[in-house]
Amino acid sequence: MSKIKCALIGSGNIGTDLIYKIQRSEFLEPVWMVGIDPESEGLRRAADMGLKTTAEGVDGLLPHVLEDGVQIAFDATSAYVHAENSRKLNALGVFMVDLTPAAIGPLCVPPVNLTELAGATMNVNMISCAGQATIPIVNAVARIQDVDYAEIVASLASLSIGPGTRANLDEFTYTTSNAICKVGGARRGKALAIINPADPPMIMRNTISCVTDAEPDKEKITESVMAMIGEVQKYVPGYKLVNGPVFEGNKVVVFMEVAGLGDYLPTYAGNLDIMTAAGCRTAEMFAQEILAGRMELKPTEAVA
Amino acid sequence: MSVINREGRQVLVHDMCLRDGMHAKREQISVEQMATVAKALDQAGVPMLQVSHGGGLGGNSLQHGFAMHSNEEYWDAVGDVITQATMSTLLIPGLGTMDDLRVAYQHGVRSVHVATHCTEADTSPQHIACARELGMDTTGFLMMAHLNNPEGLAQQGKLMESYGAKTVYITDSAGYMLPADVVARVTALREVLLPETEIGFHGHNNMGMSIANSIAAIEAGATRIDGSVGGLGAGAGNTPVEAFVAVCDRMGISTGCDLFGLMDMAEDTIFPMMEHIVRVDRSSLTMGYAGVYSTFLLHANRIGEKYGIPPRDILVELGQKKMIGGQEDMIEDTALTMAKKRGLNINVA
Repeated sequence: MSKIKCALIGSGNIGTDLIYKIQRSEFLEPVWMVGIDPESEGLRRAADMGLKTTAEGVDGLLPHVLEDGVQIAFDATSAYVHAENSRKLNALGVFMVDLTPAAIGPLCVPPVNLTELAGATMNVNMISCAGQATIPIVNAVARIQDVDYAEIVASLASLSIGPGTRANLDEFTYTTSNAICKVGGARRGKALAIINPADPPMIMRNTISCVTDAEPDKEKITESVMAMIGEVQKYVPGYKLVNGPVFEGNKVVVFMEVAGLGDYLPTYAGNLDIMTAAGCRTAEMFAQEILAGRMELKPTEAVA
Repeated sequence: MSVINREGRQVLVHDMCLRDGMHAKREQISVEQMATVAKALDQAGVPMLQVSHGGGLGGNSLQHGFAMHSNEEYWDAVGDVITQATMSTLLIPGLGTMDDLRVAYQHGVRSVHVATHCTEADTSPQHIACARELGMDTTGFLMMAHLNNPEGLAQQGKLMESYGAKTVYITDSAGYMLPADVVARVTALREVLLPETEIGFHGHNNMGMSIANSIAAIEAGATRIDGSVGGLGAGAGNTPVEAFVAVCDRMGISTGCDLFGLMDMAEDTIFPMMEHIVRVDRSSLTMGYAGVYSTFLLHANRIGEKYGIPPRDILVELGQKKMIGGQEDMIEDTALTMAKKRGLNINVA
């Protein structure tokens, strides 16, 4: 079966891990890696893995998009350059999966709202690793009863956080907090991130707290949370409940852990995997639509 | 910087009662109490005082507790009563944001500790730059500093200086350090920082070493010392300012603070505010000894009671797992896991 050809923009942790995920896909094939530093390890590794590479940023890719048949691009650069990347590639009819906190397109958490997005956009945003790890749980509670406030705490191993995220922590905070409401379904949301340097590195941990309007229905919420965990495990096998749900008054607390597959970074970096796996799953859904002829990619003037 | 009253001061005393002290009060300090404390500090000549939720900007949360009032209400109340002192706040990237900092500035805050864990300084560049753009007195605040060696810490401080920090703090969040640890770190920082960059020390008294550590820091080159009157702060409290000023007086180190005014304030205002006596006790000493973040104290006591596990056991486990500031959620998680292992009934609702 033919596969949809993909370009990866950004040769850091996320871009590199994506190569592994996409290479395993039935529907996707990685063909280009775009970086900005010819000396970077990410570009070298991509070349070793058989991808074409450019160190001239997205402009180095543009002349090759049509001849190489690139139809989907993953952007793992930063919120500040994504808008421009997206505009240029959308104009050539390339569908964008945005892994930066730019959030130009609709926010996507696969088990919550992926199917709703089919055919509706040329750019989807994957929020953040913490968003991917926690919003399914917020939604699992919010689909049972109204959630006034949801708060998530993500603890990440220091070695798993690249320079882009470090230099732009506020964007991470804003985008994730917003998505807790928009996708998770809580009325108000707040996201906290902690970077822990413990050696050996700690596995990504997430604590999700939801405050419900009415007294929580313990049985239904527990059942919904367990079902949602099963959905996420389909693409992130290391997504695991550690403790809870704990109920205290109208508060529901769930303690999660995310172990990665160990493709690029070791298994402690579940944050990397949940982001790249969600991005890959999202792209696969759109790829299936394209391959089945249900979706046609047209050059667009993107909203920048 | 011109915003700070430095007249006659070799060492700048920075009071933490109305920020770190919030931890010791489970974030329940009224605006009236804030104004009373701030006025007394101002009158006693304390040049800097920090005001906000204990977790700083963005601290109001399930994770860190909700304060009685918003930070804006606290700043406005304090701003009305201070005449010479500078009001500061705390910003931990990942919790507080630049938007929060701009609001703080609008409400009269003119100095900020931008705080990261002692190995993660590179999460602070945008916040430090933002503070400098606002014209604030800007400090890089390296928390849990015992978890990095002197050379490593010096490199982290150098990063913060490169982002624009004018002062770099060694923050003994766990009250773990001994004077030799402090001297080694101040010395290492002094070697790499620009001569005009100041060094600060923020102690906790969990091992009873806060004053000795602060003096050691000064002798090695620190010029800013955090403390709190009556030691109102997390764990066994911060360096008690009144005792620190007394020691400085005897040693000929000028602070510009009025010793008797501070003593009166500790006795008449701060001690009556305390819900528990902030002191070296079993739990706080455990934190100092095991190197655990001081703010975990009251959380561990509460969770320990909830699940029937001695708080000391939880704190030691947290120390072994190398949990850091901000991971308060892991206290309950750890207790739940320990309770399961011990076969305790955890079906609490």
